[in-house]
Amino acid sequence: MSNWMDIAALDDVPQRGSRVVKTHAGCVAVFRTAQDEVYALNNSCPHKGGPLSEGIVHGAFVTCPLHNWVFSLETGQAQGADSGRVETHPAKVENGRILLDRSIIAARTVA
Amino acid sequence: MPQKLIIIGAGMATGRALETLLETAPDAYDVTLFNAEPRGNYNRIMLSPVLAGDKTYAEIETHAAQWYADNGVTCRFGEKIASIDRGAKTVTAANGDVLAYDKLMFGTGSNPFIIPLPGHDLEGVIAYRDLEDTERMMGLGPDNKCVVIGGGLLGLEAAAGMAARGVDVTVVHIMGHLMERQLDEAAGYLLRRALVDKGITVKCSANSKEILGKDGHVRALLLDDGTKLPCDLLVMAVGIRPNVTLASEAGLAVGRGIHVDAQMVTSDADILAVGECVEHDGAIFGLVAPLYDQARVAAKTLLGEHATFVQKELSTKLKVTGCDLFSAGDFADGDGREDIVFRDPARGVYRRLVIESDVVIGAVMYGDTADSNWFFGLIRERTDIAEMRDTLIFGPAYQGGTPLDPLAAVAALSRDAEICGCNGICKGQIEDAIAAGAGDLAAIKATTKASASCGTCTGLVEQVLAVTLGDDFVLPAAASICACTDMTHEDVRRMIKSQRLTSMPAVWQECGWKTSCGCHVCRPALNFYLLADWPLVYQDDPQSRFINERKHANIQKDGTFSVVPRMWGGITTPDELRAIADAADKYAVPTVKVTGGQRIDLLGVKGEDLPAIWADLNAAGMVSGHAYSKGLRTVKTCVGTDHCRFGTQDSTGLGIKLEKTLWGSWTPHKLKLGVSGCPRNCAEATCKDIGIVCVDSGYQISIGGAAGMDVRETELLVQVATEEETIDVIKAITQAYRENARYLDRIYKWMAKVGMEWIKERVVDDLTERAALVERFELSQSIYRRDPWADHVQKRAESYQPLASLALEAAE
Repeated sequence: MSNWMDIAALDDVPQRGSRVVKTHAGCVAVFRTAQDEVYALNNSCPHKGGPLSEGIVHGAFVTCPLHNWVFSLETGQAQGADSGRVETHPAKVENGRILLDRSIIAARTVA
Repeated sequence: MPQKLIIIGAGMATGRALETLLETAPDAYDVTLFNAEPRGNYNRIMLSPVLAGDKTYAEIETHAAQWYADNGVTCRFGEKIASIDRGAKTVTAANGDVLAYDKLMFGTGSNPFIIPLPGHDLEGVIAYRDLEDTERMMGLGPDNKCVVIGGGLLGLEAAAGMAARGVDVTVVHIMGHLMERQLDEAAGYLLRRALVDKGITVKCSANSKEILGKDGHVRALLLDDGTKLPCDLLVMAVGIRPNVTLASEAGLAVGRGIHVDAQMVTSDADILAVGECVEHDGAIFGLVAPLYDQARVAAKTLLGEHATFVQKELSTKLKVTGCDLFSAGDFADGDGREDIVFRDPARGVYRRLVIESDVVIGAVMYGDTADSNWFFGLIRERTDIAEMRDTLIFGPAYQGGTPLDPLAAVAALSRDAEICGCNGICKGQIEDAIAAGAGDLAAIKATTKASASCGTCTGLVEQVLAVTLGDDFVLPAAASICACTDMTHEDVRRMIKSQRLTSMPAVWQECGWKTSCGCHVCRPALNFYLLADWPLVYQDDPQSRFINERKHANIQKDGTFSVVPRMWGGITTPDELRAIADAADKYAVPTVKVTGGQRIDLLGVKGEDLPAIWADLNAAGMVSGHAYSKGLRTVKTCVGTDHCRFGTQDSTGLGIKLEKTLWGSWTPHKLKLGVSGCPRNCAEATCKDIGIVCVDSGYQISIGGAAGMDVRETELLVQVATEEETIDVIKAITQAYRENARYLDRIYKWMAKVGMEWIKERVVDDLTERAALVERFELSQSIYRRDPWADHVQKRAESYQPLASLALEAAE
């Protein structure tokens, strides 16, 4: 069976915005870019744990609201002088619905 | 003996398939062609030129009656197929005729999607699909109004065609910019500007609510926001849906379209399908290029040859005179993807290439699409562009050309573009001064007064010098806003005002932004500038605001928020305090603190509880304290004449009046006020951004205090006699501050740039200017003097909740 899980409508997340999906092991932030691409990352900055879902989204990057670290939404890699990585998860849009991989529950319940 | 082929639908795909088939093997099949429309095949994509009057129907007809006759095709036009018996391999026509087939080909096309709005069945509501629709639109003239729903390819072509006939056309589009599937915001902005220049009214982010009629005929379109758009004809061009009804009834495998394999064969080996009715590998097709590919493959399959349909990169062009745009490939932002952006504001040219691993994967072009085929070739061929990267964006003819001049935006301004707003000096006057010998900024100031007042246009004046004098002028280095632009805050503010830029894409384009949509540094600044300069036109963009202003609460280090209800002038009541205490209990607020601004801070509120706690505080009559905003924070007061034996005026009362006047206003940085009832200054008014110290003879207004990283005492601006005048002066100073200061400069920093004298001239000495400032302040407040908490509780509460909660789902 498919490992994709229907989470919500694309329009439930604003363009250049984000909302979280709660799981056992913390929140996953679901981002939507201006071009309607969707990314899923752990909602926690490796620096001081800032909630990335509350950051400003620009291009395919997000800026952490606490200390302005910038992360690639695609790789989770910190940009510029900062180093660190946020875990990313498979995500896609199909027929206007956001789909996440079931592994966000499986992997994270074990963790 | 030839086999029998029945084709259902005489459209562009079946037409091309038939041509290929007859050219290759004219005698292989005995063909019968059914078509629901009472005519043969015509070039549907040329309906727009017909509408615009550039072509006639005769010119776009691909196959005339004679062609069918010459090729021995039996035509049954105006007839539908009623049913198909796959077992017996027969079709039944609407008149009851039963015809046998060896092979059957579907080309049933698509149906326009009609939004089921109330009133969609009124007379005068049409789609834009066939010749009949086109003729309806051609029947309109200068006395008519038309509304087009849908700002995509088809809708815009319809709108432009009718506008060319003098019709008063309004396009209503639900998304934020036109053609959002093919264009990015910058190109969408340029397209909109071009259409507006053609006299078309464009409404983006507009939701249709209802179609209003009279005597069964459409009369107007009603939008969600209450706007009524009168019209004689309403065209819906919002998309198409594959027409699968007949295929589905016949029991073929159908998804969004009729399922076909790469040979264009459906789930029945003797039945093929081509065109807009098919679904191949999850995709459906609306553009003509893949349809023709399908047609060729289907013809070969019919002849027993092997051919394979492959989906290719597609490109889009809009057939509207004067709007040259092109889009191809994938132009979404992404990691590992880089943008090369070229903007030439003077010519209205925008080009953006998206590059991944030294290959161009997407292109958007506007204004000058001469090189589009070359770029499309690079995309399709996946050409390695590493070698020519430096000059790639200039196209094939410019390999090795000079790089883009960063001063292009200023060079592009016309001679009557205003550079210095204070003194009304245009670019041409500065150029004339330079021609008369003024060679540097000081000389320009002395001879024209440009940049001699507030100084915010200094950068622009210097750039005019640089453009005019060339190498003779060395431009002093000024810090740009961020890496997205070479312009300073001041330059951008002047551009926004002088060029009347009212949207972010407009600023990005006209100021030559180097990124597609800015960054966390420039976006909040631009959002503020646009909001301050165009309060009625510009829509605040929450996604360009820092989280505190987006969620109207202060984010804390653990991701929770603090909530501070307003206490006007620092005055509260037992009822308010009880409500605050109840809220603190109900939402398990860990810390309750009294702030320096004379109010109460509830710290540690969970983000998802914000709308609920606000609703409770609203119910007790409290509103947002804006403790999180670059805007009016608090007006701190002492008790004044009400209780104090030294008080000279009602400082508390004035403080409350000021706070009720100023609250909700956005400013470049936070704005704190203090009102003390006597020079003992218990409200510490002289270290606020604006301080009022009451004396027997009136009110001393001073500005530019600070008590943060910098500690400063305010400087006296003026003493006035009445409360009314105090309030007017403070409104005027606030407005002057937000119209002129750089984003994130407190008043004292702005004052250091423009000088106290400049401010005094405007808000103290020149009463006309003061009145104008007050008027503009009030205009903006007519929109922003309201409680954002109540608005969010009502309209956006859902956005504070998690998208989904999977905490209870078991791992599999």
